[in-house]
Amino acid sequence: MSTPQQQVGAKGGFNAWFNKRFPMDKMLREHITEYYASKNLNWWYVFGSLALVVLIIQIVTGIFLTMSYKPSAAEAFASVEYIMRDVNWGWMIRYMHSTGASMFFVVVYIHMFRGLMYGSYKNPRELIWIFGMFIYLALAAEAFFGYLLPWGQMSYWGAQVIVSLFGAIPVVGESLVEWIRGDFFISDITLNRFFALHVIALPLVLVGLVALHILALHEVGSSCPDGIEIKEKKGPDGVPLDGIPFHPYHTGKDLVAFVAFAIVFCAIMFFAPEMGGYFLEHANFEMADPLKTPEHIAPVWYFTPFYAILRAVPDKLGGVILMGGAMILLFFLPWLDRSPVKSIRYRGWMFKTALTLFVISFIVLGYLGTQPATGVYTMLARIFTVIYFAFFFLMPIYTKLDKTKPVPERVVYHD
Amino acid sequence: MTKKIILCLLMMTPVASLAAGGSAHLEHANVDISNEASLQRGAKYFVNYCLGCHSAKYVRYNRLALDLGLSEDQLVENIMFTGERPHDTMDNAIPVTDSGNWFGRTPPDLSLTARARGADWIYSFLKSFYADPSKPTGANNLVLEGASMPHVLWDLQGVQSAVYRTEIGADGEAQEVFDHFEVTQPGSLSPDEFDVVAQDLTAFLVYISEPVQLERRSLGIKVILFLVVLFLFSFAYKKELWKDVK
Repeated sequence: MSTPQQQVGAKGGFNAWFNKRFPMDKMLREHITEYYASKNLNWWYVFGSLALVVLIIQIVTGIFLTMSYKPSAAEAFASVEYIMRDVNWGWMIRYMHSTGASMFFVVVYIHMFRGLMYGSYKNPRELIWIFGMFIYLALAAEAFFGYLLPWGQMSYWGAQVIVSLFGAIPVVGESLVEWIRGDFFISDITLNRFFALHVIALPLVLVGLVALHILALHEVGSSCPDGIEIKEKKGPDGVPLDGIPFHPYHTGKDLVAFVAFAIVFCAIMFFAPEMGGYFLEHANFEMADPLKTPEHIAPVWYFTPFYAILRAVPDKLGGVILMGGAMILLFFLPWLDRSPVKSIRYRGWMFKTALTLFVISFIVLGYLGTQPATGVYTMLARIFTVIYFAFFFLMPIYTKLDKTKPVPERVVYHD
Repeated sequence: MTKKIILCLLMMTPVASLAAGGSAHLEHANVDISNEASLQRGAKYFVNYCLGCHSAKYVRYNRLALDLGLSEDQLVENIMFTGERPHDTMDNAIPVTDSGNWFGRTPPDLSLTARARGADWIYSFLKSFYADPSKPTGANNLVLEGASMPHVLWDLQGVQSAVYRTEIGADGEAQEVFDHFEVTQPGSLSPDEFDVVAQDLTAFLVYISEPVQLERRSLGIKVILFLVVLFLFSFAYKKELWKDVK
């Protein structure tokens, strides 16, 4: 007869030894198998996991690209073509990375829109939202630095335009721009430092912020389409009555979403990697030429709403402030929103209208940002910029006046 | 507010359609890069007419042979003329400073022109040279006005001149508008035959701009079919899993 002690040793073996020294099982329980999320999460809720998947795709493909890419003004463009033509499967790795960059923003914009719809930023999730906004800013910076690396015409002139925006800052502006570029114009030096920031600095920041985002989420728990805190109604076993374990239920659902997403992703990657010039701009297939300004400079599509706001203002500094403000204002949503309910399901017509207008203005500004800023377009950009900002500035008023419906006790779930 | 937006959206429609028709008239190239014979002809024209001044420095000869169904002997005999080795890239012998001095601008590398400009642009460009005595090369191009490139394909296409008509523009001012080309000196090919040459060359440039594109599409179909099957399984798995969630 063996003692119980020996039995554990025989059965648990390495597992028991390991868990005594590292809280593996405890962490898995806390974050995966015994993390309870509402059973009525709908398909809007899969975009968080999808964003994580894209982050992993970007990091892995990025590592492989770095093995063949050369961060120098003389060699960068040719090294990208070398990857596209001579490196085994290089074309696929490169297209995965370029498609992933745009799809990252698609997924993140939808993820943020879900947050807006269901009030996921409201008490007690303010910090999740703020960490998320920092992720968005880091992602924007990551994308911006990465876009210079292929050293095409649009890489070069896009960077030139964006970096020169800092020149609008009074007094220190010009020296600040020089400091960022490390030169009097975008050059080899700039390319090298953008490479460092793109492959080391910002990925580290991003991964760290994602960890904070998820830890904060798991502390307070996921929101749900009804805007109810499922933790308030617990069974005798301490499990939320409306909650189901993240694994296997939500992971199983996320798997379906992932495969659907992979179909879209692969359709783009294999059949339209340029996405009609929106994911890979045509002008970027010409090597950067500091002496030849392209006729029409437009940032990649995910920045165009902000670019349209920038150009809508006749004054450069004013434009820069407004463009920055358009991003920064999102940080304050948790305090601008005065509604007693979280979810759009129980809000009145005012919030619904405001959110619809906001989404329309974002899309229209995005379109306008890809077009030349002339006559009617500039006027439209101004109108929609006003609508964009009105969403935030009027929010304390309309969310307070809005007639809300009573929120149910338990989540609404139909099989 | 809503009315205003609808109004704005309505106003945008005509503007958007106007903005699309900005550039010079482009003809549809209708290239088919799965047509190996067309690509082979295109390669032949390219090395005979283009490679003297232009380069395709990202394209390797042996990759070309592989994708175009040529043996190494065929490659060396028909495509490679200046003693390169099969794994070399398609460079040319003109020093950049010389060609810059001779033409006013160094003839650009053509590896990626199809991705930067599009097939239709190349096709139209090749067809749009016309006699212009004011230019040092005696030729101008309707698609790229003031192009410093001479009309290299003139012995095939012949020489044509541009005929203009007068039209009243949107601003009420009379302006000269391009009407059609008129052949003043026939070439060795008929216009239809020359169209095929331009098409083959365009197809070749589209191919070299991304040699992997055929393989990419055929692989894509397999990947997506696999994913569709995987989707059905994952969906069934999820359904089964969630059955007990009440």
